[in-house]
Amino acid sequence: MSEIRTLIVDDSSVMRKIVERSLRQAGLDPLVVYEAGSGIEGLDVLRAKPVDLILSDINMPSMDGLEFLRQIRAQNLAPGVPVVMITTESSEEHVKQAIMAGAQGYIRKPFTAEQVKERVLPLVHAA
Amino acid sequence: MLLNGVRKAAIATGRGGGGMEMVSTMAVSLRESLQQVSDPRNLDASVDEVFRLMLGVDCRRDGAPAGLIDREPESVTAVVGFGGLLSGACVFTSGRAAALKIAGHMTGMEFAEIDDTVKDGIGEICNMLAGAWKGKVPELAANCGLSVPAVITGRDYKLHVQAPEFQLHHLYRFEASQFAVTIVCDGLQ
Repeated sequence: MSEIRTLIVDDSSVMRKIVERSLRQAGLDPLVVYEAGSGIEGLDVLRAKPVDLILSDINMPSMDGLEFLRQIRAQNLAPGVPVVMITTESSEEHVKQAIMAGAQGYIRKPFTAEQVKERVLPLVHAA
Repeated sequence: MLLNGVRKAAIATGRGGGGMEMVSTMAVSLRESLQQVSDPRNLDASVDEVFRLMLGVDCRRDGAPAGLIDREPESVTAVVGFGGLLSGACVFTSGRAAALKIAGHMTGMEFAEIDDTVKDGIGEICNMLAGAWKGKVPELAANCGLSVPAVITGRDYKLHVQAPEFQLHHLYRFEASQFAVTIVCDGLQ
């Protein structure tokens, strides 16, 4: 399998590490990870590097995950690349907002590596 | 200021989903379900969920006083504000030892001092606790926003909220360490 270039966007560096570890435990290997601490940084990464998968928090300062997602689509960055939102917000309304903004998947924190595997692997294989 | 920002954001979300009428209808229903919102079992279940899934450890309610936290030379407090139909905060407090252990479990690293990574980890724990707690009540899950976490370190400080609508304050223990989680509700619409 060729390497899976993944962008992880979260204002918490600890959460970025946990997400990366969960992806590895889920069997995404070889994995190349790019990290961003905000939606703005995430857009910068996408302008500079091609990626195969994007995972983003929603509740972040300066540019939240939903706006980040809208900007990806509006600027046609990473076309066809699956985006999975990882967030503490769990209501149907939040899921709907994420899907409307262009997300293909949604994982609620706290999560297990098994949940990451179930939600992310099919998207990677389908892409 | 922090909580006010969240409150406005959450109410704006409510408008988008169906106008002010929805906000006022939901407010009535939330006040009517105060017993469900303030059910202490929701907090215990949230703590268990976050620690089991994210740290891989079991923790239990601790009936003893907060002696272990008070005896620590330094403590860490993380605060995540609630805004919208419920305003208030989720507050996580632990001593130095518990904070280092929690960050260690989260990252797989060892920490000797409360550095930025430890503070970041404790802030995220508080964020997940707040999210899990409000997710137990459907009206809150949809109509209550969360602030980004604020983390305070130091010693000899006390949290004081004047006349809250309700307050839950539980002590928990894991691996011989103690921490406290407090839910303060200072406004319920």
